[in-house]
Amino acid sequence: MPQLIKDRKIVDDPWLLVKPASDGVLPAIPHAGDVIVPLSVWQESKQRLLERDGRLGLWLDSHEEPAAIALDLANFAVLAVNFPTHTDGRGYSIARLLRERYGYAGELRAIGDVLRDQMFYMHRCGFNAFAVRADKSIENALTAFTDFSEAYQSAVDEPVPLFRRRLQ
Amino acid sequence: MYLYDEIDQRLVDERVAQFRDQTRRFLAGELSEDEFRALRLQNGLYIQRYAPMLRIAIPYGLLSSRQLRKLADIVRKYDRNYGHFSTRQNLQINWPKLEDVPQILAELASVQMHAIQTSGNCVRNITTDQFAGIAHDEIIDPRPYCELIRQWSTFHPEFAYLPRKFKIAVSGSLDDRAATLVHDIGVHAVKNAAGEIGFRVIVGGGLGRTPIVGPTIREFLPREHLLTYLDACLRVYNRYGRRDNKYKARIKILVKELTPAVYAQHVEEEWAHLKDGPATVTEAEFARLGGFFVDPRYESLGGEDPDCQARIAESRPFANWVKRNVFAHKVPGYAAVTLSLKKTGVPPGDATAEQMEAVAELADTYSFGEVRVSHEQNLILADVKQADLHAVWQKARAIGFATPNIGLLTDIVCCPGGDFCSLANAKSIPIAEAIQRRFDDLDYLFDLGPIDLNISGCMNACGHHHVGHIGILGVDKSGAEWYQVSLGGSQGNQASLGKVIGPSFAQAEMADVIEKIISTYVERRSDEELFIDTVRRVGIEPFKARVYGGAHAAAH
Repeated sequence: MPQLIKDRKIVDDPWLLVKPASDGVLPAIPHAGDVIVPLSVWQESKQRLLERDGRLGLWLDSHEEPAAIALDLANFAVLAVNFPTHTDGRGYSIARLLRERYGYAGELRAIGDVLRDQMFYMHRCGFNAFAVRADKSIENALTAFTDFSEAYQSAVDEPVPLFRRRLQ
Repeated sequence: MYLYDEIDQRLVDERVAQFRDQTRRFLAGELSEDEFRALRLQNGLYIQRYAPMLRIAIPYGLLSSRQLRKLADIVRKYDRNYGHFSTRQNLQINWPKLEDVPQILAELASVQMHAIQTSGNCVRNITTDQFAGIAHDEIIDPRPYCELIRQWSTFHPEFAYLPRKFKIAVSGSLDDRAATLVHDIGVHAVKNAAGEIGFRVIVGGGLGRTPIVGPTIREFLPREHLLTYLDACLRVYNRYGRRDNKYKARIKILVKELTPAVYAQHVEEEWAHLKDGPATVTEAEFARLGGFFVDPRYESLGGEDPDCQARIAESRPFANWVKRNVFAHKVPGYAAVTLSLKKTGVPPGDATAEQMEAVAELADTYSFGEVRVSHEQNLILADVKQADLHAVWQKARAIGFATPNIGLLTDIVCCPGGDFCSLANAKSIPIAEAIQRRFDDLDYLFDLGPIDLNISGCMNACGHHHVGHIGILGVDKSGAEWYQVSLGGSQGNQASLGKVIGPSFAQAEMADVIEKIISTYVERRSDEELFIDTVRRVGIEPFKARVYGGAHAAAH
């Protein structure tokens, strides 16, 4: 079974990520088991997805709007945000919006080109699960969270900026 | 100036450790070229034409003498004994070894310096007026706000992978000396009618391939909202800026495509959620930061220094230098001195280790131990007693930093160009030198008065050629180096973009071309009219006619 980092631990990942194949065609969704589906599939077949056996998750691509699922959040056991490349920074804003604007409190997973050296910032923006790219060492990635011991800005992990804490 | 506390220091130390490990993993083959690229760029490291180039941050251009001595040590130990002060108020060194860079960063950290976010698609070094805190026309000292933005932008987790680089400039004076209208964001500190401090916010200016004078998107932002508003500005850009084409990825393109009014509307909607949140700046923080930028212990000196006036009357060279290189100070009896890094024969902005040390010595003796870097690539001693000006002049002359040309034609702003930079289409330094050699008569230069000449070796416009009264741009034509000339650009409150006069020229023609432009000005000007005013009044046609001989016969 594949592994991922969740809440700073390496755990097995039972979820099936449903994404288009290289020819753009989406594979069929199995009748049972935990699946993470694309936004388009959710929007087209909400009822069918809610009635199947197994837990439901949803993933957003970096150009998609988190506002599109703002009213649906209670239906998902996992939300994932795709990083098409590690230099595409839109996912950081999406994560903050899901956490801070729409109040999502469940598992928020970074998927795609997820590498150790971006994970500290991802964590600050609200991701708590990381599907580290398969060719990289997941053990090494675990060390990312201690790169820095403080941060200046308000973010999801610490909403109170340093300047307010420094003066206490 | 701002002094690190234990937390600021810990963060730069942790950054050094992080980059040391990243460099180790890269050299061990655990990180690919592509994976390492964004990481090294966010530490100022480029892989250049001949060697890596390291860009060291000089936050808003402020340096202590101790820091300048450390920079001298670094260029001596790890480079070829010189560095290049850039138009972003930073220092670039051109010959470090990749494996030495973590150690260079550790040396910088030992004097509260770093190379954080001096490159890459993130928020870069904040720039401001080189005369901040001492200018006679200052409304508000911009430096505490620069430091506030520096801390906010340092390791900002949401905005480290923007569509493109992001440059913020802050001005607090009547005369904008920070080029805020041609930055991704420019903020002007202002006071409203009630005397409250706030900012006029300009978004989407810039140079490069698509030069734009930035539009104002908010007339007055109360100062406590600065960071939440910047978060909103950046979030809209991070989410909707173009990522499909790097030439259309700067925020100016987004603002232009949406229109400034619609962009401003998006920002206001985003800001409505962030406003008054925890990132709202406290009065206590303004007071804390302001406390680092209090006036040094000025002596009470009364007005003009009589000895200095006598020296001016006696010595024409000294008088010339005072006229060009000395700037009025808000405190009677003091002055700000610009040390010219524009001596003919030396690449503009370059300084050797020995020169840096001599400047540190001057700063310690005459200017409270502080030095500033201007975006025109000169060094400034901001708090010199008028009574000491003559001594400073003599010592500056001894190190070649007293050329009395500040603001004149030979005070050329110039990028490193094709001699160093792998992006350049053409060399820029030899063009600067050829022009400086042609105009070596100081009396003539003085008579010509203020002229900004800017040279960029490519479209990226590091030499800010669009806002030069005379702008020169290196272009590539089937492998050969050519130069395009524009006229009528300017920075400051009336910022404008130059117009290209016509087809480009070969390197050997450039000094002649500039001479023809200057002689056209001399013929056309009325009384004391400045070069830029003549260009604005008569347009570029008379200049074109002279340069191209009417029939554009020399056109290429």
